[in-house]
Amino acid sequence: MNLFTILISTIFVNNYVLGRFLGVCPFLGVSNKTETATGMGIAVTFVVTLSSIITYIIHHTILIGRLEYLQTIVFILVIAALVQFVEMVLKKISPTLYNALGVYLPLITTNCVVLGVAILNIQAEYNLIETIVNAFGASVGFSLALILIAAIREKFEIQEIPKALEGFPIALITAGLMSIAFLGFNGLV
Amino acid sequence: MLEIIYPVGVLGGLGLLFGAGLSMASKIFHVEVDPKVAEIRQVLPGANCGACGFPGCDGLADAIAKGKAPVNACSVGGNPVAEEVAEIMGVNPVEVVREVATVLCQGDCNKAKDKYVYNGIQDCRAQNILAGGSKACAYGCLGCGSCKEVCDFDAIEIVDGLAIIDKEKCTACKKCIGVCPKGIIEMVPYEKEVIVKCKSMDPGKIVRANCSIGCIGCQICVRNCPEEAFIFENFLAKIDYEKCTNCGICVEKCPTKAIFSSLEESQSIAQ
Repeated sequence: MNLFTILISTIFVNNYVLGRFLGVCPFLGVSNKTETATGMGIAVTFVVTLSSIITYIIHHTILIGRLEYLQTIVFILVIAALVQFVEMVLKKISPTLYNALGVYLPLITTNCVVLGVAILNIQAEYNLIETIVNAFGASVGFSLALILIAAIREKFEIQEIPKALEGFPIALITAGLMSIAFLGFNGLV
Repeated sequence: MLEIIYPVGVLGGLGLLFGAGLSMASKIFHVEVDPKVAEIRQVLPGANCGACGFPGCDGLADAIAKGKAPVNACSVGGNPVAEEVAEIMGVNPVEVVREVATVLCQGDCNKAKDKYVYNGIQDCRAQNILAGGSKACAYGCLGCGSCKEVCDFDAIEIVDGLAIIDKEKCTACKKCIGVCPKGIIEMVPYEKEVIVKCKSMDPGKIVRANCSIGCIGCQICVRNCPEEAFIFENFLAKIDYEKCTNCGICVEKCPTKAIFSSLEESQSIAQ
């Protein structure tokens, strides 16, 4: 499959949040402001891309063959350790980047998008380059969805919304509508 | 047997490896944290209001410890906090000029003209989207009370379609400044009794047509001020609060009463 197709399909058609319903917790949790949504998006992009490379290597060196059933638990371990490590390195080497991502990094250690991308990459039998492209696209798609809903929710703040729908109910309805809208990309690839 | 030993070995091995790797990394990438940061953080109010311009109280504590921010940077905590912080830092406290948020508009329903009747969502930001709000003056308070909504300290009241901030209750958190779509809320030193309560940068003729209490840019105040405390630009007089002595001459001379004074109130009460 060519790389461009992978990229487009993972950003729009199989958007991890709106098409596959992974990573819904940050999608609703940190989508109150576009600013925080952007921060979260960048942090996720960073971690997902990095962790899928590492998990790819680990899968193809250690797990391949008889230990593939350990995939989930090993990947969780790897991602958790990796995020911890990246946090420490960033704190030392680039305090600016640490300040920008710092709050969000620990939040995404156990995020289902991060694990989901790693596992789905293996299932789709991508090679390393495809893995990287797919992971990057997945996280860009995630950030896109997150920033979109954050922008919509910012607008809600100044709208008159029926009392019963204020806050999360309206956010959930919006998320559903966005998901339907993204289904429209289905014929694209 | 091997089916058990193998996965246990791999997983245990990986766990050990990562554990060891992380503990090494924490030594290698250890960052010294100034103990003063924690101490200063203890003293600060902890409201994370962001009025100091740093991201929360942690951000300010860090900046003070590094010497990037003055010890009196926390306006919410005021002098008591500044003194404690100064003690931790081992410097002399500098007096904090207490500032309060003030709405720079006096055009209520009776004084300012409307250009249309607004019946939409009761929120200034929503109203502002509709041709800049219903007020004829583009710099006027829209009076829907968005600032009142965000005020955590109950310091803002809407009287006759005009927001009025109680300066005793204001803690200078600046939330209202952030929310006002007209940008007419500004920080003014607490002791200053004389304030030009108008932000209109329109020429005098337009101001007069729209509002009876706006600054028409006649510059009478500029000429009469003994301290030369007025800055005049864009048809608008502004007071340099460092020079102003609260003498009140400009208040008397101002033909439209756009210069607000709380002196009169206190004097008339005294009389």
